[in-house]
Amino acid sequence: MAYSDTRRRMFAESIDAIKEKGLYKEKRFIWSPQDAEIEVEYPEGASHEKVLNFCANNYLGLSSHPEVIKAAHDGLEERGYGMSSVRFICGTQDIHRDLQDKVSAFLGMEDTLLFPSCMDANAGVFEAILEAEDVIIADRLIHASLVDGIRLCSAEYDTFKHMDMKHLRKKLELHQDKRHRLIVTDGVFSMDGDLCPLDEMCDLAEEYDAMILVDDSHASGFIGKTGRGVHEHFGIMDKVDLITTTFGKALGGASGGCVSGRKELVELCRQKARPYLFSNSLSPVIVAATIRVIDILSKTTERRDKLEENTKRFRKGITEAGLNVREGVTPIVPVMLYNAKLANDMSRDMYAEGIYVIGFFFPVVPAGAARIRVQLSAAHENEHIDKCVAAFKKVGEKYGILGLDKKGIVEKYGM
Amino acid sequence: MDEIKDVVLEYVIDEYVEEDDMEVTFDTPLISSGLVDSFSMVSLKAFLEKKYDISIPDADATPEAFDTVNSIVGIVEKHKS
Ligand SMILES: Cc1ncc(COP(=O)(O)O)c(C=O)c1O
Repeated sequence: MAYSDTRRRMFAESIDAIKEKGLYKEKRFIWSPQDAEIEVEYPEGASHEKVLNFCANNYLGLSSHPEVIKAAHDGLEERGYGMSSVRFICGTQDIHRDLQDKVSAFLGMEDTLLFPSCMDANAGVFEAILEAEDVIIADRLIHASLVDGIRLCSAEYDTFKHMDMKHLRKKLELHQDKRHRLIVTDGVFSMDGDLCPLDEMCDLAEEYDAMILVDDSHASGFIGKTGRGVHEHFGIMDKVDLITTTFGKALGGASGGCVSGRKELVELCRQKARPYLFSNSLSPVIVAATIRVIDILSKTTERRDKLEENTKRFRKGITEAGLNVREGVTPIVPVMLYNAKLANDMSRDMYAEGIYVIGFFFPVVPAGAARIRVQLSAAHENEHIDKCVAAFKKVGEKYGILGLDKKGIVEKYGM
Repeated sequence: MDEIKDVVLEYVIDEYVEEDDMEVTFDTPLISSGLVDSFSMVSLKAFLEKKYDISIPDADATPEAFDTVNSIVGIVEKHKS
């Protein structure tokens, strides 16, 4: 037998090692549509609990919005369920082109290419446009999918300290001998909620003749006055060369992603990006619904405005309650706990209080920087937010961490 | 040979340490502690290769071999001769 008992045991031991390190990911099942209030089976087999969801990327509350659902139904009726083809053979419908045009207009870019996911967009974009005589200079905390894409590309790569513009400048100086320089950053960093200093980066890019790619997965639809993203927030819509983003978070939450930007760069992706060439076309259902999402967001800023209000309310409440949060303006609010076990224990107690949040620790975040990440949504009502703050206060009190700064928490619990 | 040690330590502090209060010595674990992720390790490798005019094969550039300043110095010395 090729899958012998010995082999089975070896793989089982790898799983045990993950468990021993406390890094094993438990299964959790959601019995309801994605929303502010969900029904959860956790642990597996336990009875279902109605809890408030504070860990979805459903920033605009569009994942189960009636208009979006209706558009998906209409897409299904009018264009069918699947394409059974990659884009360039027979997988591109008129609506795929429509969505690309709408995304270009929404983001203020010259052209857009759809991918099965943003992970795929990030996996394909670098290899399609850069070669060995080029260099990629990336923030150290960029998303894993960007790291993977950069690894697939023959360009040299280098990194700079997280959001450290002095260090970036040094690296740009160091690489002046290269043909193309490409700066890579997340628009909003998903673990910290940090907004990258894109204005300063664009100035540096100009000074040192570099291009900029921003992954705006945690910004598209809600950062900036009309939700176009981090480039709108800083008033530099024309300075960014490439944006990658996902439809799997604020923009409806199903799946799909894109590369948007200078038309030659997008065209090179169309010709060469492997996940575009070798993976199936987005389902018409998703395409039709995402078009509706972009239409809704182009018409009114109501949802991103509500998200902004909710974010302010939560950030104010949680700070007053005495928890240690990273300051910022985005709806990603990390409650810093530093110690992995503390993050895990507190998230379990939060669940018992009816609040669904997750602890994050190494290797997802740096060692000694464990946290519970809270994500706000336009689907939350004031009473949801107040209940979440109250639960944090109660659980924080139980662990004696209210009012403590990093030093205080680390003294009590270790890193 | 102490010289290489100091050069590497200075580079590591300059390049990777984000918090001023953090103390890094010749024996501080860099990668296994999460201070340097394996992705960022490439800039260290490139620096060493340039500085000492050597070429470190990928087989030698393991996270274990790069885990402390002392072990990094060992790699540099091995390839310098
Ligand atoms: C910054 C960033 N980029 C890309 C992705 C991947 O997006 P998708 O789910 O579309 O593959 C994510 C999602 O986790 C992300 O946070």
